[in-house]
Amino acid sequence: MTDTTDNQDPSRRDFLYITTAVFGATGAASLAWPLIDQLNPSASVSALSSIEADISSIPEGGSLKVAWRGKPIFIRRRTKEEIEIAEMEDSLDLPHPEKDLDRVKNKEWLVVVGVCTHLGCIPIADSGDFGGWFCPCHGSHYDISGRIRKGPAPTNLEVPPYEFVNENIIKIG
Amino acid sequence: MNHDYQYTPKNGFSKWLDKRLPLMRFADENLLSFPTPKNLNYFYTFGFILTMCLVTQIITGIVLAMHYVPNTLLAFDSIEHIMRDVNYGWLIRYTHSNGASMFFLAVFIHMFRGLYYGSYKEPREIIWILGVVIFLLMIITGFMGYVLPWGQMSFWGATVITNLVATIPIIGEPVLTLLLGGYSVDNPTLNRFFSLHYLLPFVIFGVVILHIWALHVTGNNNPTGIEVKDSKDTISFHPYYTVKDLFAYIVFLLMFCYFIFYNPNILGHPDNYIEADPMLTPAHIVPEWYLLPFYAILRAVPDKLMGVLLMFGSIVVLFFLPWLDTMKVKSARYRPLYKIFFLLFVVSCLLLGYLGAKAPEGIYLFLSRVSTIYYFAFFLVIMPVLSRIEKPLPMPIGISNPAIDSSVYDSGNGVASGAPSYAMDSVNRH
Repeated sequence: MTDTTDNQDPSRRDFLYITTAVFGATGAASLAWPLIDQLNPSASVSALSSIEADISSIPEGGSLKVAWRGKPIFIRRRTKEEIEIAEMEDSLDLPHPEKDLDRVKNKEWLVVVGVCTHLGCIPIADSGDFGGWFCPCHGSHYDISGRIRKGPAPTNLEVPPYEFVNENIIKIG
Repeated sequence: MNHDYQYTPKNGFSKWLDKRLPLMRFADENLLSFPTPKNLNYFYTFGFILTMCLVTQIITGIVLAMHYVPNTLLAFDSIEHIMRDVNYGWLIRYTHSNGASMFFLAVFIHMFRGLYYGSYKEPREIIWILGVVIFLLMIITGFMGYVLPWGQMSFWGATVITNLVATIPIIGEPVLTLLLGGYSVDNPTLNRFFSLHYLLPFVIFGVVILHIWALHVTGNNNPTGIEVKDSKDTISFHPYYTVKDLFAYIVFLLMFCYFIFYNPNILGHPDNYIEADPMLTPAHIVPEWYLLPFYAILRAVPDKLMGVLLMFGSIVVLFFLPWLDTMKVKSARYRPLYKIFFLLFVVSCLLLGYLGAKAPEGIYLFLSRVSTIYYFAFFLVIMPVLSRIEKPLPMPIGISNPAIDSSVYDSGNGVASGAPSYAMDSVNRH
């Protein structure tokens, strides 16, 4: 059909082919999207993506574990000595160098995701060689700033997004 | 495309592959170059539409199963969770629930088409029987799927339908208990229905493959009912029928989309948005619309066991169709009497569908009985009798040859005057 009359102008048919293909691809993509997007967190899961924790009852040197997005959050009220040690050790040669001050919003409170950055186990509090956490799965040691000091974990414990709503409430997420 | 056509691999890779796994050859012979009668009308696009319906149901169903919980305490809430919380959950569920209706709509048209053009006749008996098997599996799957939302209609529909088993003498009660996993419809029932509702579509898929395989052995029937004689009667499946099927499917999709986006609950019953309550029966228990004709037959019979037998019999009788209608002429186009009885049959089916939703009393009950009698008479009396006494109209020699076939045409009958118009019929299609 194409090669009878308008041999010199194939662009007309090309245009139709391309238009059809573009329409088809757009249709297929808009059909595929709902099927993919349904795998994302539903509204009920998203609704739980921020929590508030009451920290008024935590004594100095004590800690609280809360669940956020299905993961534990360690909230640690650090003593003066612990803060001093953490800041002093800023200058050491750390596997993942980060200043303690950059990891907290209020020096007294350390808030970290309680998931070992190695393979996702939950580290044990007040243990390990550095006065912080110790992961029993593969022996990662974290200090009192949640920084990795020894073992296979590649990075420091993650600091989640959080803010102090007032002096008693922390909003995580 | 002619019958002597052979697939020839074009490049190095396809030659290499063809010697090891002739996948491309298979696809080419069955999907692209497959010789198809050139006179198929739009009623013949429903095979493709149905395949797409099955694919749609499987894809949306797998997705729904990711969010649905088959537990009596959680099922109803999980459906609402899908509708409100899951991203596009409403779209996926409405597609699945209305998709079932579209599936049945298409299968009814597909079956009436087969009935009209005599597609069940020699040599296509197996295709027809496999089709009835698919239809039966569809009914079971659809019924079980309707139970899953665990609404009032789900629960009471399941109760009424499973209780049909109890009508079987002696073994009825123990079989019912076995089926339900208890003494009433409850969590074990819901769990097994979910399991089977997930399984059966894949069984259907398997039988569909056999259905298409059998079709590709004998080739398509066509509106004239005259077998393909040579390559002049056929065209290649691609691009002619791929485009025709696709176009019909798009039109079908437009209607499908109307239901999904503008009227998603019209085909369902509002009572199914009330959570199942085993202590409270709704005023009217009605099945989904596509099961109404069978429900009407069930209720038309005053005797409980006979009602159940006739309801199942209305589908079982379809298996014997190739041997009930022994008329050599396939298409109703050349069978003036059959055509009238066929149209009455369609009317009786639609009427049964209407009556299935009405209370079984007064005029409705009377009409149900008349329609039920006609339904069975059509297969068991009219078909065998017409096979013996009906004089077919003059038929063309072939799909491409409008001349009257004098070997079939009985010249002493005086029906020759109508001949040219029928001959035109097969020509006009091109």
